[in-house]
Amino acid sequence: MELKELISQKLQANFPEAEFEFSEYRNEFNVKFNKKFVNPICKFLKEDSELEFLLCEDMTAVDWAKRKNRFTVVYHIFSIKHSFRLVLKADVDESDCTIDTVSSVWKTSNWQERECYDMYGIKFNNHPDLRRIYMPEEFEYHPLRKDFPLLGIPGSLPLPKK
Amino acid sequence: MGLEAKLNSDGFLVTQLDAVVAWARKNSVYPMPMGISCCAIEMMASADPKYDIARFGSEVMRFTPRQCDLMIVAGTVTYKMSHVVKKIYDQMPDPKWVIAMGACTSTGGMYRSYSVVQGIDQFLPVDVYVAGCPPRPDNLLNALIQIQNKIGRTRARDFQNLKLPELNVIQNN
Ligand code: SF4
Repeated sequence: MELKELISQKLQANFPEAEFEFSEYRNEFNVKFNKKFVNPICKFLKEDSELEFLLCEDMTAVDWAKRKNRFTVVYHIFSIKHSFRLVLKADVDESDCTIDTVSSVWKTSNWQERECYDMYGIKFNNHPDLRRIYMPEEFEYHPLRKDFPLLGIPGSLPLPKK
Repeated sequence: MGLEAKLNSDGFLVTQLDAVVAWARKNSVYPMPMGISCCAIEMMASADPKYDIARFGSEVMRFTPRQCDLMIVAGTVTYKMSHVVKKIYDQMPDPKWVIAMGACTSTGGMYRSYSVVQGIDQFLPVDVYVAGCPPRPDNLLNALIQIQNKIGRTRARDFQNLKLPELNVIQNN
């Protein structure tokens, strides 16, 4: 059986309520699901002995500005066993701008989630240390959101006195 | 009459101590290499044998601010880094000078963005700006020569209050 079918069958069998959408774009297999299931799904993909997605290569978010579900959180995970890359996506709306952390599954995603929080303001539930990673801690905005002006907000970042 | 001939015949010279001090000071400028990003590579190149900053007596790059009197800010200064730059500048003993090297340092350069200070003159008194992205080493040496000329014109009374903004150096003589 092809690996993509195996993944979709296994996921659907184990998480019947997760509202999966499978698609393929430029040879990358995309799996979209309800954000409530992010932690168990990631844990399953990592620990299943036939899949073994051991590596969380990257995680980030997309700001769609005016769409109903404003953000999409994107995970790129990699299975060394199959040399196969999988893209996971989950929509997050601005009214409930939270998603569960996967830092308990992949340790690397700890800092990636901090970056995502810093840049987009998405809160990661149960994250062990959710602080800003790039901007100063007292900064109030999230710079990669589409409504943030390119040159920043005057006075929001303090300069030393002359 | 050359210097040696004068000393051989008379054994002494008449000048101002002020002028001697300024002359010595301008030929032994110790730079603080504040290399923050790519411009720092060109700053390093200016110390190599081809461009040879030692010709101007400035080869002694000191990595402690307490032994320097010229800060070469070479690179993109972000808001977060600006506090570090200012702290290091404050640790340098007076009198001190600043070269803003490169487009980023002078104006923000191509980083027209929320995180980059659009010109370090917003928090530092800059003496010479160097254009370029990155400036060639000869351009940096030109800036150094200009600083030397500026230092050569200083007199002891200029430093009475040891506050650089009040330094009353005649700019165009
Ligand atoms: S001016 Fe150009 S070379 Fe210099 S730090 Fe900026 S980007 Fe780099």
